Amino acid sequence: MRTTFLDTLMQQARIDDRIYLITPDLGFSVLEKFRDEFPKRFLNAGIAEQNAVGVASGLALSGKIVYVYSIVPFVTMRCFEQIRIDVAYMNTNVRLVGVGAGLSYGPQGATHHAIEDIAIMRALPNMTVCAPGDPLEVRELTNASFYHQGPMYIRLGKNNEPQIHSPGTKISLGKAIEVTKGDDLVLITTSNTLELGLKWVKEWDEQNVKVRLISMPTVKPIDVEMINKIIEEGLPILTLEEHNIVGGLGSAVAEIVAESEKKIKFKRIGLPDVYSHYVGSQDFLREKLGLVRPSI
Amino acid sequence: MTHYSKSSHVGTCLSIVEILYVLYFKIMKVDPENPLKPDRDKFILSKGHGSAALYSTLAERGFFSKEILNRYYIDDGILPGHLDMKAVPGIELSTGSLGHGLSVGVGMSIANMLDNNPGNIYVLLGDGECNEGSVWEAAMLASHNKLNNITAIIDCNKLQGFGNTKDIINQENLAERWKSFGWDVLEVDGHSIFDLESCFNQPATMNPKVIIAHTVKGKGVSFMEDKLEWHYKSPNTQELEKALKELSRAL
Repeated sequence: MRTTFLDTLMQQARIDDRIYLITPDLGFSVLEKFRDEFPKRFLNAGIAEQNAVGVASGLALSGKIVYVYSIVPFVTMRCFEQIRIDVAYMNTNVRLVGVGAGLSYGPQGATHHAIEDIAIMRALPNMTVCAPGDPLEVRELTNASFYHQGPMYIRLGKNNEPQIHSPGTKISLGKAIEVTKGDDLVLITTSNTLELGLKWVKEWDEQNVKVRLISMPTVKPIDVEMINKIIEEGLPILTLEEHNIVGGLGSAVAEIVAESEKKIKFKRIGLPDVYSHYVGSQDFLREKLGLVRPSI
Repeated sequence: MTHYSKSSHVGTCLSIVEILYVLYFKIMKVDPENPLKPDRDKFILSKGHGSAALYSTLAERGFFSKEILNRYYIDDGILPGHLDMKAVPGIELSTGSLGHGLSVGVGMSIANMLDNNPGNIYVLLGDGECNEGSVWEAAMLASHNKLNNITAIIDCNKLQGFGNTKDIINQENLAERWKSFGWDVLEVDGHSIFDLESCFNQPATMNPKVIIAHTVKGKGVSFMEDKLEWHYKSPNTQELEKALKELSRAL
């Protein structure tokens, strides 16, 4: 996802000289090509995230479209009040781009896991929260970010994720995408669990359970229209995310379900409300922390 | 460890290993049999990505079995890439996001002062880490409160994420900066066990102390020394053998 993001950003940087990229000294072996082609629109601010976000705001208030790139916890939580005041409150055109969604950094440990980011970014007025699930979603949402007014958070996975959507799929900000058809159950997923969700849907299909897979690459504003349509149909809803069960996609969908006054079956699947003290790869941690396919 | 687990940061580990050795074998009052002894000296590895060096030092000092070192950064492992204080005995603080260790160390230092606890606090930071504003917030508070039971050590290997520290945020005047923040400053060759020991043993004044340890990332392995790529790469089998040969020759 990070390569797709950077390639898309560079294409736009060639035609729009307002595009500016800041890193707090992360992104080695990824960002060099941007730096080399646009040296005047690249800043390594040093290992200093709070300052990086403040500087980004200043650049944005001076007419630039500014991307701040780091690992998720360091670009969202380390500098949260700078984001709240300098970015969200003042509604500046800063895009916070984090790599390492959920448990992507596996054995690096809990400091590098990103399990609270969607919840806290979602709570900020003005903030648009994007969590793309495959390279196509990354490309289209990055394209949308060039024209969007106001701050955005873009949560990326790692690299070399498979493309899930077929090439012509229409992907736009604030819209869900129907990935598979099915009327037994609806599985709504976001970010780096799109691939896992599709795997589950295929496994259910073998048991003759037809599941409609919905990808929700924009968590805020969430696609209320799509969720309401599913509620109207009376289908059971499952949500899936690699994020704390508190405050993420599941919570966002639950808010709509709860206020719909319709009685439907609903369940959230996410990470338990704990920090991982397990050591292992992303797949190992997913299993340990209960991100496993429920039986229907 | 970084070989079998294919993990990063071996360069960092080699940059700090003498500092850890001197602290744990020459300076600090710690008891592996009683790792939570209330009056122990405490060490914080603020640059938590150097974890493998600390795990090895703690195992060598007897805090836990060396077999645990085989369970670093792998599935069903015990030791994560960045420090988790719950993983094994002897780790005083979970770290891995830069710029936290000195502040927590200052908190421990204040607590020891309040409780008349003779335990000293040692915090190891990176020179790149000194980009973080929080380091300087902690530095101001420590000198203002005359916390002379805390020692910061800067692993000054002149490299950080994207290249040479001087090309990213120039801090060639690091000693002057700490001095102007009210700290006693000592500079030392961070690979000289003798010089490190004498720095740590300098009698305390009223001020907190910082030791700027000039180090080489990847020290002791010719092809790793001062090479940024060894912040990220893990040694393959040939590289491991070559490195071990060079290191054992130096012993």
